[in-house]
Amino acid sequence: MIIPQNLIEIKDVGKDYLDGDTLVSAIAKMDISIDDGEFVGIMGQSGSGKSTLLSILGGLNQPTRGRVVVDTLDIYELSSEQRADFRSEYIGIIFQSFQLIPYLTVKENIKLPMAITGLKAKTQEEMALNVLNKVGLENKANRLPDQLSGGEQERVAIARAIVNNPPILLADEPTGNLDSKTAGEVISLLKQLNKEGQTIIMVTHNPEMCRHSGRTIHVKDGRLSS
Amino acid sequence: MKLYHISFNNLRRRKGKMIFLVVGLLIGIATIVALMSITDSMASDIEERLNRFGANIVMVPRNDNLSLSYGGITVGGVSYTMKELDEADLPKIRKIKNSMNIGIIAPKVLGIKKIKGKEALLMGADIEAELTLKTWWQYAGTLANSKKELILGSEAAKTLALAIGDIVELGDSQLTVAAILQSTGGQEDGIVIGDLHEIQRILGKEGKISLVEIAAFCRGCPISEMTLQIAEKFPNARVTALKQAVMAKMQSIELVKSFSYGIAGLVIFIGSLLVFVTMMGSVNERTREIGIFRAIGFRQGHVMQIMLLEAIVVGLIGGVLGYIIGSFIAWGVIPYVIKGGTFSGPDFPLGGISIILAVSLSLLASLYPAHKASRLDPSAALRAL
Repeated sequence: MIIPQNLIEIKDVGKDYLDGDTLVSAIAKMDISIDDGEFVGIMGQSGSGKSTLLSILGGLNQPTRGRVVVDTLDIYELSSEQRADFRSEYIGIIFQSFQLIPYLTVKENIKLPMAITGLKAKTQEEMALNVLNKVGLENKANRLPDQLSGGEQERVAIARAIVNNPPILLADEPTGNLDSKTAGEVISLLKQLNKEGQTIIMVTHNPEMCRHSGRTIHVKDGRLSS
Repeated sequence: MKLYHISFNNLRRRKGKMIFLVVGLLIGIATIVALMSITDSMASDIEERLNRFGANIVMVPRNDNLSLSYGGITVGGVSYTMKELDEADLPKIRKIKNSMNIGIIAPKVLGIKKIKGKEALLMGADIEAELTLKTWWQYAGTLANSKKELILGSEAAKTLALAIGDIVELGDSQLTVAAILQSTGGQEDGIVIGDLHEIQRILGKEGKISLVEIAAFCRGCPISEMTLQIAEKFPNARVTALKQAVMAKMQSIELVKSFSYGIAGLVIFIGSLLVFVTMMGSVNERTREIGIFRAIGFRQGHVMQIMLLEAIVVGLIGGVLGYIIGSFIAWGVIPYVIKGGTFSGPDFPLGGISIILAVSLSLLASLYPAHKASRLDPSAALRAL
């Protein structure tokens, strides 16, 4: 059995957009390798290309050039539907602004990724309760998102991202909408998850947050700056 | 958690949107159900009226002699030596297999008699049945339903120089001209009509009948078979179906139906357009949500399933409520649009069709929006986050 050296390899990846008639390069050229179990912070100013990089890593945004290999899988060689299966199996995404489904309760939001897995209701319930305990929201399982504070919503978003036990967790500005105390709690939670073996890639513009990651990648004008 | 939980929860917790969609379908289905029910009642009413509007089966004695045309209908021979039917046998007509479809039976006796020195064709008939059958007859004068009354065709009145109130001597009877028919352009313009039994007595044909006109009508009932059934009971008679009359009746009903189908089609189109526009709006509103679904690994088919399941639920609710409300509307409206009309009760096949129609329309109108939703590029959808 061949064990991949790196969990994620980004090779010569570039992404161009057409802005009217002008070709804009969001990512000029990037080569990044991320090992299994790493906690990587991607830092850069607004418009630097860090969120584009995250969406490419998540199999959500086809790069203009280059390859993204995850666990020996060249994800942009897959069809759109195969890539959806890949996301379901490999990736958990924590969106900026939480992005919970407003008409589903906390528990239903957490169970959302399991709706397409074919897991039995009992198993789903156990897994949902397990992550609810992990994020400390077991007593708010039946609340709707708009009945929660920002920090609680962020924790629901994290719970939803990890419920299927994906090997990779992508977090887009997970503390961007939170006060410093709540942000600290969220970072602690992410560190805890990383300790448990989860590979975490976190995008942020806040250098303070990157202090908590094992490695920080700086992005500027669509290129790695250090 | 299954995909249907997402659909149900969306509909349950976004009541405003669901109510709007359901109401759109409900209006369409209720209109169709009400229109169909009212049209059905109208068709029945027209049928009933048409039953009384002229005969469609004529029975005459089997005769090899001359034939005489009457009312545009070629009837059996009427001559001094012609054969007659027995009046006592007429109740047999109501004993045929399709007796339920028999409306009015109008027996007649015909004969020639001199009035004021001129030969006139006398027709003895059941005046009440005749007037019910010949609703196009217009007359001057007043009928008191007396055996001693005569009704004159317009030509007969002119030729015989008779007016309302004149006394006519026929054999030993003195009969009063009670009414004169306005010209119809038919054979009745030239005849003298009196009470069946009185004319039978005057002509010396007691208990005899020259021809019988029968009004029989039902939706799709077998007129040809009915003529055979009557012919079996009367081996000495020739029974003829006037298919033209049946066809005319059917055409009148079909005309009313076509009109209502046209209106129903228009309402269906508008209803579907409403669902389509709302569903398209819903897709645009839910771009963010669809982006999240796709980002966490939902396939295009999963997104389609969620949206189409919502469409099925909306269609089901809209169909059931539309059918119930449409039936109530028909129940309330029928007495006003049809004199003496009543709602014939819930039409369950129509209910089934309404629900299937509502679900199909909802699905059809949602197909493109659902397809569009499923094809949303997750990265584009997420850019809206």
